[in-house]
Amino acid sequence: MLSRTADCLYWMARYTERAENTARLIDIGLQQSLLPGQQREAEASLAGMLGLAELLPVYRKKFGDVNPESVIRFMVLDEENPSSIWSSLHNARENARAVRGQITTGLWETSNATWLEFLKLCDEGLPLAEPGKFFEWVQLRSHLSRGITIGTMIKDEAFRFIRLGTFLERADSTARMIDVRFHEIETQDAQAELLDPDDPEFAVREFYHWEAVLRSLSAFEAYRKVYRDTISGARVAELLILNPDMPRSIASCMNEVVANLQLVGNGNSEETRRRAGKLAATLRYLTLDEIAEHGLHDWLTTLLADIDDLGGRMRQDFLVL
Amino acid sequence: MFDEMLLENGTVRPHYEGFERWKTARNSGFLEGKKAEADHLFRQVGITFSVYGDDVGTERLIPFDLVPRIIPASQWARLEKGLTQRVQALNLFLKDVYGRGDILRAGIIPANRVLSNAQFRKEMLELDVPAGIYAMIAGIDLVCVGENEWYVLEDNLRVPSGVSYMLENRKMMMRLFPDLFGAHRIAPVAHYPDLLLETLRQGAPDSLEDPMVVVLTPGLYNSAYFEHAFLAQQMGVELVEGRDLMVEDDTVYMHTTHGKKRVDVIYRRIDDDYLDPEVFNKDSMLGVPGLMRAYRAGRVTLANAIGTGVADDKSIYPYVPDMIRFYLGQEPILNNVPTHICSETDSLKYVLDNLDKLVVKEVHGAGGYGMLIGPAASRAEIEDFRAKLKAHPDAYIAQPTLSLSTCPTMVEKGIAPRHIDLRPFVLTSPSGVRMVPGGLTRVALKEGSLVVNSSQGGGTKDTWVAAD
Repeated sequence: MLSRTADCLYWMARYTERAENTARLIDIGLQQSLLPGQQREAEASLAGMLGLAELLPVYRKKFGDVNPESVIRFMVLDEENPSSIWSSLHNARENARAVRGQITTGLWETSNATWLEFLKLCDEGLPLAEPGKFFEWVQLRSHLSRGITIGTMIKDEAFRFIRLGTFLERADSTARMIDVRFHEIETQDAQAELLDPDDPEFAVREFYHWEAVLRSLSAFEAYRKVYRDTISGARVAELLILNPDMPRSIASCMNEVVANLQLVGNGNSEETRRRAGKLAATLRYLTLDEIAEHGLHDWLTTLLADIDDLGGRMRQDFLVL
Repeated sequence: MFDEMLLENGTVRPHYEGFERWKTARNSGFLEGKKAEADHLFRQVGITFSVYGDDVGTERLIPFDLVPRIIPASQWARLEKGLTQRVQALNLFLKDVYGRGDILRAGIIPANRVLSNAQFRKEMLELDVPAGIYAMIAGIDLVCVGENEWYVLEDNLRVPSGVSYMLENRKMMMRLFPDLFGAHRIAPVAHYPDLLLETLRQGAPDSLEDPMVVVLTPGLYNSAYFEHAFLAQQMGVELVEGRDLMVEDDTVYMHTTHGKKRVDVIYRRIDDDYLDPEVFNKDSMLGVPGLMRAYRAGRVTLANAIGTGVADDKSIYPYVPDMIRFYLGQEPILNNVPTHICSETDSLKYVLDNLDKLVVKEVHGAGGYGMLIGPAASRAEIEDFRAKLKAHPDAYIAQPTLSLSTCPTMVEKGIAPRHIDLRPFVLTSPSGVRMVPGGLTRVALKEGSLVVNSSQGGGTKDTWVAAD
């Protein structure tokens, strides 16, 4: 397959996944802002979310205060913000258009229809009027695109590069999300001087925080199934980092990356495959205690660098002309 | 005015009776409803084109008309014979002018008209193309002006486009009106990509058994990008851009995820000028440096060959009937429109005296731009052209204004007659000349207009070759 084609397929998938993850992130931030007495936390959480995409300075320059409406304008509608849903869906569609001959008609039409419908929904003002409904729509379109990919595409190289894009993007997004959410609860607890786990208010606060995190990754029901226990930060981290059966966990994403990388290997890609394999193996045998020894934030920072390194190596091995 | 559906007294011609019965049996507003459905589908499928001058990336729909254009099979049989004959002669002409030059020596066509033509590529002299086929893909524009009375308006031998609309229009009609197809015997067209692929494969250098065929596009923002992607997909070959290709040791390769792969046949949708910056336009970012070297070494086939423009040039057009006689020893089956070459003094005088009756076209023009339609033009436009003609007579030809046939077409106020033309796509391979029945029908949507080009508001229709 053409290197340029592989590159477009990979980025088509990454941008599709990115739109979904952005929708999940903002949706949960907005929902939190609806909870009684949580205004400040919700705004802090929205700000944290912007920080996660390293966008806070640009946002402040454009909109000043962090409030739900401006965040929607910035993260959904802003054509200049490369991380907005507008940009992600636009880029996903442009990449799909560049390789429309290499993907199934159904997949192309889905990407094209998503873009056209998105413009229409924005015209009608849905993102601001009914953000919940809108973010649900973004997620559904991403599910649809993935479903059509799996349901209609022959499992050739094109399919593998799409999958690589999806899972590398998702691993990155999940890691950043966990990092921000843990940082957030630590600072909030410190500010509220609520450090005693036996304090009932502490437990309630923790519950809503982790419940929101789990829901934003469609993992709330899974948590209950796996642990049949109350919700704790440590278990949330374990589920979202190490559980190989959890579709959005980092371990599960890395397993997919390794499997797909194996199938597209060429003469140059051995080192990339080795590094991906090593990362997946580490995630498989690691325990939460070991992560804690490094400190979660430091460990995640290293992990994000490793994921980034894999992306760069894949470009070198396959995608760059 | 000749209407293809209705006789002058308003009765429906026999080959349209089935359609008329079907339409009459539907509620009023039925077609209008289907029209909205069709537009939505076209947009979703992304069957769009862009117009130069619009914002980059603006995509438009080509208006699609739901009333089919029907050609009786017996008429088509004659057209097919005529098209085959014409394209054979045009290919022989190209082989001749880039080879021995018999037709020039015989004085059939003035040599300077060919050799000093801007479309004549001296780089092609003494270069053998596989099987001597220069124009593997030709689009011949036909117009009908009366009962079974057809003219060739122009030959397109460089990168004729529009075939994807022919195919998508048929698909759309079958999706919208399946019952209509049950009631008629309409010749299928969907196998065109198969014929095209076979043609391209047979044109491979050194008769390779399993040649690598690619489609070369200028890219995403080219007006016909949809068609390039569509044809590549339908044939199951790679769609490449110039930057995906490279030339090494006079061999063309493409960059793939498994290193470089040899390319044998390039169906290029880029004009000659942009193909190879080493030889042609030096600033071209679209082409492939060294491509011409590989071509000259016989290591790659270009479809169409470089330099085919010399045969479809409007100043060469008047000689096509003589070419047919010269190369094939046959009388032309299809009529040529009588053409005045304005560089000839007598012709120029006649043209200047009759500007209000004639159509004047730029010799190198295309897309319906830069032409004067005398009977429809204002005084100022005519005077403007008079000045242009006097300044550059060799840049123009003139023809009588043909009364193009009309076909009922959906317009804002219901169904009304609009002028149409026909572009069949003719494929030539070592095993012969082939085409799918019919072609692309273009329709001038503006009342009275004779300009059918999509860049100027023309639309398209599904074209049926139906059993008589």
